[in-house]
Amino acid sequence: MTAPFDLNDDQVVVIIGTGAGGGVLANELAQKGVHVVALEAGGRHLPQDYINDEWDSFGQLAWLDARTTSGDWRVAKDFSGLPAWIVKAVGGTTTHWAGASLRFQDHEWKAATTYGPVQGANLLDWPIDPAEMAPYYDKAEDKLGVTRTGGRDGLPGNNNYKVFEAGAKALGYKQVHTGRMAINSADGDRVACKQTGFCFQGCKWGAKWSSAYTDIPQGEATGNLEVRDRAHVLKIEHDDSGRVTGVLYADADGNQHLQKARVVCVAGNSIESPRLLLNSASNMFPDGLANSSGQVGRNYMRHMTGSVYAMFDKPVKMWRGTTMAGIIQDESRHDPSRGFVGGYELETLALGLPFMAAFLDPGGWGREFTTALEGYENMAGMWIVGEDMPQETNRITLNHDVKDQYGLPAPNVHFDDHPNDVAMRNHAYGQGMAVYEAVGATRVFPTPPYPSTHNLGTNRMSENPRDGVVNKWGQTHDIANLFVSDGSQFTTGAAENPTLTIVALAIRQADHIAAELGRGTL
Amino acid sequence: MLEERQKLTRRTLLSRGVAAGAAFIVGTGFVTGRDAAWAMELEHLQPTTMATLIQMARDIYPHDHVADAFYAAAVKGYDDAERAPIIETGIAGLDAAAQGAGFASYLATGWERDRVDLLRAMEDSAFFQTVRGGLVTGLYNQKAVWPLFGYEGESYSKGGYIDRGFDDITWV
Ligand SMILES: Cc1cc2nc3c(=O)[nH]c(=O)nc-3n(C[C@H](O)[C@H](O)[C@H](O)COP(=O)(O)OP(=O)(O)OC[C@H]3O[C@@H](n4cnc5c(N)ncnc54)[C@H](O)[C@@H]3O)c2cc1C
Ligand code: SF4
Repeated sequence: MTAPFDLNDDQVVVIIGTGAGGGVLANELAQKGVHVVALEAGGRHLPQDYINDEWDSFGQLAWLDARTTSGDWRVAKDFSGLPAWIVKAVGGTTTHWAGASLRFQDHEWKAATTYGPVQGANLLDWPIDPAEMAPYYDKAEDKLGVTRTGGRDGLPGNNNYKVFEAGAKALGYKQVHTGRMAINSADGDRVACKQTGFCFQGCKWGAKWSSAYTDIPQGEATGNLEVRDRAHVLKIEHDDSGRVTGVLYADADGNQHLQKARVVCVAGNSIESPRLLLNSASNMFPDGLANSSGQVGRNYMRHMTGSVYAMFDKPVKMWRGTTMAGIIQDESRHDPSRGFVGGYELETLALGLPFMAAFLDPGGWGREFTTALEGYENMAGMWIVGEDMPQETNRITLNHDVKDQYGLPAPNVHFDDHPNDVAMRNHAYGQGMAVYEAVGATRVFPTPPYPSTHNLGTNRMSENPRDGVVNKWGQTHDIANLFVSDGSQFTTGAAENPTLTIVALAIRQADHIAAELGRGTL
Repeated sequence: MLEERQKLTRRTLLSRGVAAGAAFIVGTGFVTGRDAAWAMELEHLQPTTMATLIQMARDIYPHDHVADAFYAAAVKGYDDAERAPIIETGIAGLDAAAQGAGFASYLATGWERDRVDLLRAMEDSAFFQTVRGGLVTGLYNQKAVWPLFGYEGESYSKGGYIDRGFDDITWV
């Protein structure tokens, strides 16, 4: 055992955040013998601590530091202080996530080329090809134990899925199944899913993959990884040559420490990662670190989303069983004849009564609202997730009028829907409602987007340093020993839920960092 | 609330109070349902104000199968020193609007639709939005309310639904 490491150990790799990106990177590097200090703003919560209660769990795990919103998206009106639903805990948002694990389609790596110019969209091809990613997707699927890949069986369909599948088939959809899920369908390293229905609240059985109880302890077991929880990074420091040298963080008691580093990897999710780079501005880098392109914080994407709930004359009890194990993939293709570029997925989704009251029709009241909730037992639900257009003006900026608990400017999240997003959402609402009407829905609810669960793109990857923040390895174009390791690297968002790709990129980045450290080039 | 009720028997409650609208009895420092099935002692809010607030809560999220006691529980927290003044002012405004529409008070209206009209006219106000927003969790996050909507809540301690009907519907 070599961990724990000294604050003055300037040979360690410091990783900021321990979610999908940071947690996986930390373990992968530790497995290769690299010394890692992972700093996590949140505390350690494990399956025995998770709570089968929507609001109590939210209070336990969610990131609730000050944030503000602007733009024409409905979230800015409905949830002005909560632009995103993200976790602050060891394991990050992989404690809350539902586990849907899909690969990008090949053409989605090359959105600019495939879609051609789209007015107002800052489309760009990823500097990576699908062939290069394929072996990393294989590794990521094995790590997460994704169903319907690598010989693993699919999950059984719950009531919500049965309604969804019947509607989809009646409509003629062909690619309908219980999803590729990072949830065990059979006992293995993790137990098989017990269908408790609280996937969003942290899986108390540990059937769902989360870095909190897989990669993190695996990395710690090597002796090469030290995770400091309740360690909130405030600033990244650099020297006169422009290399980063360490990070300043506040511990649980608010005491500040400087951890030295040979390499720093930022994985705080797509709001905090650019905010940290911006908050680390110095005389040498007045616009923030790694921001010579001016793209830090820009091109914020959140996926085109929405939900469709439907009421039937008979019970569904959608809350029973997996929250999201069901998918229709037929609409994920790129087919501009539908009136938009890119595609979307339809995925089953269930909320408990407390969240349904908050999210079905935010701001709604009166009998139109209450009769809907009175049919809760007879409701089925699905979530829409599609590719949204990156726009330079959708961005994270520092709001100097609002400070967090450390006195640092809070992030403002600005988002306007692109006309392509609106057209796609309307199409998806239509199809989603048709699915349920095909099996006898008596009332349908095209429900507006929730606070963002998928936050992407704010430190985008680009071939040319002029166009983005990081190169194909997630290494910042400007500073060789500063990396970005989370979903903020995404050049474009694709139609699929992002986490499998975040994990595949982290595994690939670990190979690169370890190799460069070995060569002495970092 | 039920404990408080034991201190005030049904008969004393009803004898010490006067009717407030169709549903409530108010007296010095308390409000109770007409049937005295529940009662709430108050420290900061006028009893009639609380009675009106409970009615307003029901009119915002009307569920005919949910008893007043749950609405009372949802708004009880406003009876504190800090928030009471906002509620007194807001309810006074609501009563003034009711009088403007020809009723003696908000509680004196007979039809729900008359009260809903009054609420619609003020739905963008901070007062209305505070009360409505608070109810989303105040009412629907009461565990005792969940079974009234069929929601089963926590399931881990029962082993999930793997053997308890996660796929039990047969009508599709
Ligand atoms: C309810 C819900 C359901 C979801 N379902 C799915 C799904 O089915 N499929 C899918 O692909 N994706 C899903 N997601 C999205 C998925 O969880 C995220 O895409 C993924 O976790 C993002 O990984 P990340 O590494 O970018 O950030 P995170 O996992 O959010 O990790 C970031 C970590 O960094 C920490 N941090 C931030 N700033 C600092 C700082 N300054 N100092 C120290 N630590 C810091 C945070 O506390 C956090 O732990 C879901 C999300 C939610 C909320
Ligand atoms: S439904 Fe399955 S994966 Fe979801 S929380 Fe329950 S056991 Fe875990």
